[in-house]
Amino acid sequence: MALSGLEIFKLLPKTNCGDCGVPTCMAFAMKLAQKKAELGECPHASDEARKVLGAASEPPIRLVQIGGAQPLAVGNETVMFRHEKTFFHPAGIAVELRTSAGEEALARKVQDVEGVQLERVGEKLRPDLFFLTHDSGNPEDCLRALRTVKRLSGKGIILDCSEEKTLEQASELLKGDRPAIFLRQGVTDADIALAKTCGASLIVTARTFQDLEKQTEKARALDFKDLILNLDSADLGTQWQRNTILRRSALKNNFKPFGYPLLALLRGDGPHDWLACASLLLCKYASIIVLPDYDRALLYALLTLRQNIYTDTQKPIQVDAKVYPVGEPTANSPVFVTTNFSLTYFIVSGEIENSGISAHLLVVDTEGQSVLTSWAAGKFGGQKIAKFVKDIKLEEEVKTRKIVIPGFVAQISGDLEENLPGWEVIVGPQEASDIQSFVKNVSLV
Amino acid sequence: MSFEIPKEKNPGKVAEVTIGATPEQGGTRSYSVTIGGSTALPFHFFEGEHPHPPAVAMEVFDKVPAKYPRPLRDEFQDVIDQPWEMARKCVSQYGAELISVRLEGTHPEKGNRSAEEAVELVKEVLRSVTVPIIVTGHSHFAKMNEVMKKVCEATAGENCLINYVEKDNYKTIAAASIVYKHTLVAQSPIDVNLAKQLNILLKDMNFPQEKIVMDPFTGALGYGLEYTYSIMERIRIDALSGDSMLSFPMLVSPGYECSRVKEARAPEKDYPQWGNEHARSAYWEIATAMSLLAAGAELLIMHHPQAVEVVKKKIRQMRAAGGGD
Repeated sequence: MALSGLEIFKLLPKTNCGDCGVPTCMAFAMKLAQKKAELGECPHASDEARKVLGAASEPPIRLVQIGGAQPLAVGNETVMFRHEKTFFHPAGIAVELRTSAGEEALARKVQDVEGVQLERVGEKLRPDLFFLTHDSGNPEDCLRALRTVKRLSGKGIILDCSEEKTLEQASELLKGDRPAIFLRQGVTDADIALAKTCGASLIVTARTFQDLEKQTEKARALDFKDLILNLDSADLGTQWQRNTILRRSALKNNFKPFGYPLLALLRGDGPHDWLACASLLLCKYASIIVLPDYDRALLYALLTLRQNIYTDTQKPIQVDAKVYPVGEPTANSPVFVTTNFSLTYFIVSGEIENSGISAHLLVVDTEGQSVLTSWAAGKFGGQKIAKFVKDIKLEEEVKTRKIVIPGFVAQISGDLEENLPGWEVIVGPQEASDIQSFVKNVSLV
Repeated sequence: MSFEIPKEKNPGKVAEVTIGATPEQGGTRSYSVTIGGSTALPFHFFEGEHPHPPAVAMEVFDKVPAKYPRPLRDEFQDVIDQPWEMARKCVSQYGAELISVRLEGTHPEKGNRSAEEAVELVKEVLRSVTVPIIVTGHSHFAKMNEVMKKVCEATAGENCLINYVEKDNYKTIAAASIVYKHTLVAQSPIDVNLAKQLNILLKDMNFPQEKIVMDPFTGALGYGLEYTYSIMERIRIDALSGDSMLSFPMLVSPGYECSRVKEARAPEKDYPQWGNEHARSAYWEIATAMSLLAAGAELLIMHHPQAVEVVKKKIRQMRAAGGGD
């Protein structure tokens, strides 16, 4: 809960020493309340002030980082539904590795995951983490596996190792890499000490809300907060409901013991099951999803879903302004024009593709606005389109001189023709769904 | 501060809608399917009731779409040109709870099949399977009005789900649905207000409120799914808050929308990063369908048998749970 300036003032030394750079403690308190200053700027603040103010300024769900070279930050979400604002920190996708699979198989898998280079709407899509399960029984395997992962990949590591000695050696190896340690049993003082030494976060596992609360409170009492919650549930339906309960408790009731990101270990039988569970839990509210195994196509579907769900709702996704080939266009294929609002682009390119013809789709930068909105805002007019055609030297790239504009902006056709001498401007349909019939009835080549 | 499960009680409730009619209900189906009735967000049994599970339909075609993906053609190769046989296979082999007969071939640009042919096909499918039937049309208003009017008349009593009407073309089809006692899909383009407006228009013509299913318009995974997802959540939240003009069960079409996209068919040899296209076409539909279930879908029209199998299984698992703790 945010504190008022007056409440903060009561916690300050009230000496008006000015060492913080502000003449009075009251003025400093007001700045703190407005989050324009930080308590650290006051060299005389008491421990109690630090504690109270620290807790008050914490986000309802803690931001937790895993990984050194390619760090992933999850948590710090502020809403239950993406339309209320947006979901800020895309869930991490972790691929499980097992030491029992043997060194060679493990290395191959790491390399294969590293080879995933997907891209969608200008964004790179890749899995973020490895979840290493040490199940071979031989401590050396675990250390060797960690060295292999570190050598081949910069992704963060979640380590699931229940042998105390091995875990100690492993954490020595992972110092500086901000690993996460997966705990199967209740969190102990030793776990917390170890995590503090090697800069790890801890994933706490519990079967009930009560046990989960007990564990996170214990860590908190030892001033350890880099936690991730694994509330182990008997079935998918229970897990689904509990995720909502945890998120709601943290956000709506400011219930601190559950104010941490959630992890989902996937159950189920094979890739269809995993993807189905992952899809549900990604929507509500897993911040880390551990895939027992994967193939390229599964990763592509899951990473695309993550991109969709975590798309900033307040900022329409834009595609790059350029010429996109639809089908296999030749120099004589017609040019279609539309805006760079991603949904518009997807629908128009999809409908052209479905119509069976090939075309050049000219996507103009309208700052992510749709056709009518951008036209009304003066961002999608004849001059602008003509200038873009010249800028990208489209006339050198294609021989066609036929350009199709959306039916909703028929009024710009005169302007466009004037600014694009030699081109025939054709007014297309208002709705993309009518492109199929349009191309049948109009000669475009 | 000790922990208490934070429950939210909602004043509103999603309407219960029944599709299909048994002999006792005036039709010939072996069962009817009821959807809706929820008093809480999807699968929240800890704070509300969900008397009916979401239902999964599969789809057959009067004319198979040109871009229908290869992995699905392979799956249905022996029956794909005999929609009534395909329907039977969907029900007996893949567990479809309803069958959608898509009449895209009646579109003047896509085959221009006659209304009579459409009627014959729907009747043939009704003879071939005993599950409730969805009749799915297209966006050519004049032709749709002609076809749906005749279909409604020829199937009177069966309580088919007539899919669909939209704001600019609803009167003829809605009137035929009233007269011949069918259930109706009200489709709107990913917009809460337009959805509400259409439902008000239907109410104004005295359309029976227990016979409306809303289609918020499905965007496939990677093709605007997030817009559909959030509009559905907003519609459902409004319904549960008591807005009766938005409180109808929701229909989505992950099958048709996924079958249209490149990801469902582009071969791995052209896109090695995308992985195997057979696996991918199922995955694409699974991820789309599951996220729409999360957003509140009550009726899903699907294409891929493997996607149907896993989605039905997950619905069962989600309902098998108790109240959260």
